[in-house]
Amino acid sequence: MRSAIVEKVDSTLSLVVEMQAPATLLIKLTGNVGGHNNPPSIGVVRDALDQATGVRLLSFESAGVTVWDSRFVAFIRKCADLCRKRNVELQGDGLPEGVRRLLRLAQAVPERTDARPKTVKTHILQKLGESAIQAMLGATELFRFLGENLAALANLLRGRTQFRWSDALLVMQECGPQALGIIAMINFLVGLILAFVGATELTRFGASIYVADLVGIASVREMACIMTGIILCGRTGAAFAAQLGTMKVNEEISALETFGISPVEFLVLPRMVALMLVMPFLCAFADLISIAGGFIVSVCMLDVSATEYLARTVQAIQLKSFLLGIGKGSFFGFLVAYSGCLRGIQSGYSAADVGKATTRAVVTGITAIIASDGIFAVLCHALQI
Amino acid sequence: MKSDRIKIEIQNLTMAYGSRVVMRDITARINQGSVFVIMGNSGSGKSTLLRHLIGLQCPAQGDVLYDGKSFWGMDDESRKVQLRKYGVLFQSGALWSSMTLAENVALPLIEYTDWSAVDRDDIVRLKLALVGLSGFEDYYPAEISGGMRKRAGLARAMALDPEILFFDEPSAGLDPITSQNLDKLILELRDSLGATIVVVTHELASIFMIADDSIFLDADTKTMRVQGNPNDLLQHSSDAKLRAFLTRGASLEAQ
Repeated sequence: MRSAIVEKVDSTLSLVVEMQAPATLLIKLTGNVGGHNNPPSIGVVRDALDQATGVRLLSFESAGVTVWDSRFVAFIRKCADLCRKRNVELQGDGLPEGVRRLLRLAQAVPERTDARPKTVKTHILQKLGESAIQAMLGATELFRFLGENLAALANLLRGRTQFRWSDALLVMQECGPQALGIIAMINFLVGLILAFVGATELTRFGASIYVADLVGIASVREMACIMTGIILCGRTGAAFAAQLGTMKVNEEISALETFGISPVEFLVLPRMVALMLVMPFLCAFADLISIAGGFIVSVCMLDVSATEYLARTVQAIQLKSFLLGIGKGSFFGFLVAYSGCLRGIQSGYSAADVGKATTRAVVTGITAIIASDGIFAVLCHALQI
Repeated sequence: MKSDRIKIEIQNLTMAYGSRVVMRDITARINQGSVFVIMGNSGSGKSTLLRHLIGLQCPAQGDVLYDGKSFWGMDDESRKVQLRKYGVLFQSGALWSSMTLAENVALPLIEYTDWSAVDRDDIVRLKLALVGLSGFEDYYPAEISGGMRKRAGLARAMALDPEILFFDEPSAGLDPITSQNLDKLILELRDSLGATIVVVTHELASIFMIADDSIFLDADTKTMRVQGNPNDLLQHSSDAKLRAFLTRGASLEAQ
């Protein structure tokens, strides 16, 4: 019996499946099974195996195959799978030599079935519980790191740390003078916006001179330090996280630890001290710029003279407001360095992890700044500062 | 499958970083289907030469010819098309860390073929099986060992059925057994795929095992010394530097 069961012909490739001996199915291939051609479809072979009865052996004839690629090898592997399921023996003698070698190579190491990570469906309550536990552990970590930092700061005050002032000065330069441009621009715009909003409302009551009070007090007490904190968080906090995260990937942090050098004292402390010292100056600078923004709007748009505006501003701003603003600024500097370094040190060991660490640093930093500012506002109200 | 057809030709290549010349006048011919080893001491510019061959760095002078066509004379677009015919295994695998192994291998297929998702999956599984990583499709690079990462990198390099495979220090950071298995795999790929293979290494055991042909780069004279099969070179070459390299310095002590 020698009749072709299925025949599939395309322009450059032909596949003939025929029954050869009583229990042998022969697949004859000729032409080009690679490049832009699609490989033969496994369905043809499956149909042939379905139609024929009592097949014990599947063999190939491929003397006419000129070109082949990986997809052809993948096709043969699928044939082998089919054969295994149906208890049919696959005879590869008729395949090109390279294909046979590749098939052998692919089978050399058996598939690790236990290797695939199991994706288990979890109940929503279980997920909730798990994330609660994660959050708890995260919070513990947060406070442990805070404790380490405070201990390191205390050690610094006692003069017993591995702290290097040269590092701190370098950070100060990077986050201080070099950030003045962006800080000036943002705070100028904030002053401008405050004055605009105030002007439209206050002019209706004929109280346009109070724009000076509004801009002065809002800038000095709140806006200047918050905006500067947020800028620093995006600019410097993110840089800290990326740098420490990459150091972790390169095992530089482990190297410090093996020398008995505390990463907190050596890496985190200089950054923290630098930001806490620089922030008050940046905030004072931001105050001035923000007031300048309000000044320009008032003098140009409203019926207020320059001297009047300045006199009113000086009168409105109390020393304690100013000190409160720069004090908060210093605290925000602490928060930025803390969140940046914490997330950097917590980073995993890959490029993707460093990216995540940077994102988390900025999110943590900004959240901490805004939340703590809320607490400050309530405290100041209670203490009548 | 070794043939006398010349696949790659390096012509009077001079490599430089800015005005600092690393190597000058490198000339070599690489036969199709052979394993060609670029050897040399650390810092001699082996990896830099590789970067010139795979389009990452432009030569200061000279050219590289693939199948007789000038590689650096092409415009950027055709060079990019040309590069798809080559696969590169970087020193530590250079797997994209945010993707699983299967996604790493699949990316070039998604970008440059119009195959169906099912076909693509078959190829991805095949390639990972070829390097002995069946069943690790859904792992992230961070979850597997260095040797496995390297093999996964090789599976990715082979994704598009390249005509030429480049290996940068394949044995670096691997234990002797893993390293030897990788060498065997290189030879197996040469024989079954008929691919031309270019390897940068200074691992002697590996050099003697896999190389059909080689060149030796010398950092002091800033040029290549000789081209030939390392086993023959060890027997017949009179170049003292090369002999010292191939005998781990024993020929120097003997003097």
